[in-house]
Amino acid sequence: MTLSSTSTSPKPTAPPRGGPPPRRRSARGRRLRGWFATTWFLVPALLVFVLFVLFPIAIALYTSFFRWGGFGWPEDFVGLDNFRELFADPVFRGDLWRGLVLVVLSVGVQLPFALGTAVLLNQRMRGRAVYRAVFFAPYILSEVIAGVLFGMIFLPGSGLADALIEDVPLVGGLAGTWFSDPGTALPTLFAVMTWKYFGFHMMIYLAGLQGIPKEVLEAAAIDGAGPWERFRHVTLPLLAPTLRISVFLSVIGAIQLFDLVWVTTGGGPTHSTETMAVSMFQFGFQRYQMGYASAISVVMFAISLVFSLLYQRFALRRDLQGAMTSTGGAR
Amino acid sequence: MSAIDRKRRRGRAPRGLARHALVWILGSFIVVPLLYAVLSGFKSTGDLTDDPFGLPSPWQVSNYTGILGSGDFWRQVGNSVMIAAATALITVAVSALAAFAFARYAFRGREAFFTLFAVGLMFPPAVAVLPLFVLLRTLGLLDNPLGVVLPQAAFALPMTIIILRGFFRTIPGDLEEAAIIDGCGRFAFFWRILLPMARPAIGTVSVLAIVTSWNNFFLPLLVFTNPRWHTIPVGIQQFQGQYSTNYALVFAYIVLAMIPALAFYAVAERQLIGGLTAGATKG
Repeated sequence: MTLSSTSTSPKPTAPPRGGPPPRRRSARGRRLRGWFATTWFLVPALLVFVLFVLFPIAIALYTSFFRWGGFGWPEDFVGLDNFRELFADPVFRGDLWRGLVLVVLSVGVQLPFALGTAVLLNQRMRGRAVYRAVFFAPYILSEVIAGVLFGMIFLPGSGLADALIEDVPLVGGLAGTWFSDPGTALPTLFAVMTWKYFGFHMMIYLAGLQGIPKEVLEAAAIDGAGPWERFRHVTLPLLAPTLRISVFLSVIGAIQLFDLVWVTTGGGPTHSTETMAVSMFQFGFQRYQMGYASAISVVMFAISLVFSLLYQRFALRRDLQGAMTSTGGAR
Repeated sequence: MSAIDRKRRRGRAPRGLARHALVWILGSFIVVPLLYAVLSGFKSTGDLTDDPFGLPSPWQVSNYTGILGSGDFWRQVGNSVMIAAATALITVAVSALAAFAFARYAFRGREAFFTLFAVGLMFPPAVAVLPLFVLLRTLGLLDNPLGVVLPQAAFALPMTIIILRGFFRTIPGDLEEAAIIDGCGRFAFFWRILLPMARPAIGTVSVLAIVTSWNNFFLPLLVFTNPRWHTIPVGIQQFQGQYSTNYALVFAYIVLAMIPALAFYAVAERQLIGGLTAGATKG
């Protein structure tokens, strides 16, 4: 508590801002002392953040240049070989492709669906609070619960999903596929993602919708705008900042998708649901190719960073600072 | 006029009904899987595969009671509670100090420091999980709750600092000047006046930290090899691996695992929604 020395001195010279300078101290020394008195507050946060967030990323960067089994100190320097191998690997290129597919599906299907639900629940109706809570509930549950639950629901033969559609024409053929068929596994995974996450996006849209002044919509109505026009030309533009954040969180979430995949399919069948994070886990902790797995980490990091910077530069620029504070719990 | 009014009113009831119907259809996609899990937990696995829709025909409570009677489940709940609480405590303590400095003082390098933290928002924790494992192994923090708590706190810092900074800024500067004239130092002002005033914001960020920690899977999966430390998500995965064919039992396990999270949501809904939407709607 270096601060107590400042705080116990009961004179008006103690305050950091204003006040006459103490006589025998140079202005420079005083400023430095003031600087330390303030930055002291940052020290614990900096320590934790640097040690457990920034330093690991530096480690990943370093170890990605080595062929390393994960034990001892990495010694076999291979330059960019890991990255070269990575981008030559069809599975990893597939990971990138599947990541892109999930991003496109999330932004193109899940978010509009969440927006529709938000608009629906923004109307005055009885039981609205209950409906909202129900739609949001899956977000509260861990990915593992959602994954295990749907893993059993989509179980070929005996799961609920098969039992439901078996005798239904047209979709009956889907029975027995779901997570066990490479062609349907990714869409099935996306369905579970939607179940899990759309409530979160709905919730932030609802908060955004509530921030839209009623007067604006009424004015538009008086001017003869129909419901669709009001939505398209009033609601949507005013909701744009919220939408931009939600897209950001959705993309960052898709880049790091691990839990749901690991619990439902482990990346299979034949890599059809594998994501970058799953590949990283398999190479790092099952095949003990830590250097190679680090390279995957670095690529994930680079993609998130480039995306974040570009997105901030071009899409979030107009929004107020501090708008990026929502959790990516949504990850 | 009145004719239009009447017409409109007549149109309203069916439209309201249609709206409710739509919400119920959407809601059933959420509720049916959960309900199915609850009911399946009361069946035997044989009954479950024979008749997935029906009510359990003898209602069998043994799946649930068996899990509740075993020490494993409760130990996992205990671990999850302890880790979530410790994460929230450290996150809030450390971020509140930093947010205080960011919000209320001008000092050289403030923007640079702040940007450093804000960078943390840009990338997901999964990116750092593997090198984090290497680091924790070097520090001897594997199979140690701190090995999960500290990184979780570190990743929660940026968001927490930003939310708290925003809140601290709303507290008028006059208050601090008055306190200082009364002989209150910076830390005393922070501790005795600012923190108590910031209780709602602190509630919000704590709830966010708790929920994130509670559901975290990737890091505990890597750090805890000893089942003694397993948290609920890791425990569920292990349990499913162990009883993979006893579906009814696994259903019972996940249903029981859902209860604490849903109960917490019921209690802390306002803080949680407030926290999640705080930043997103500011734009």
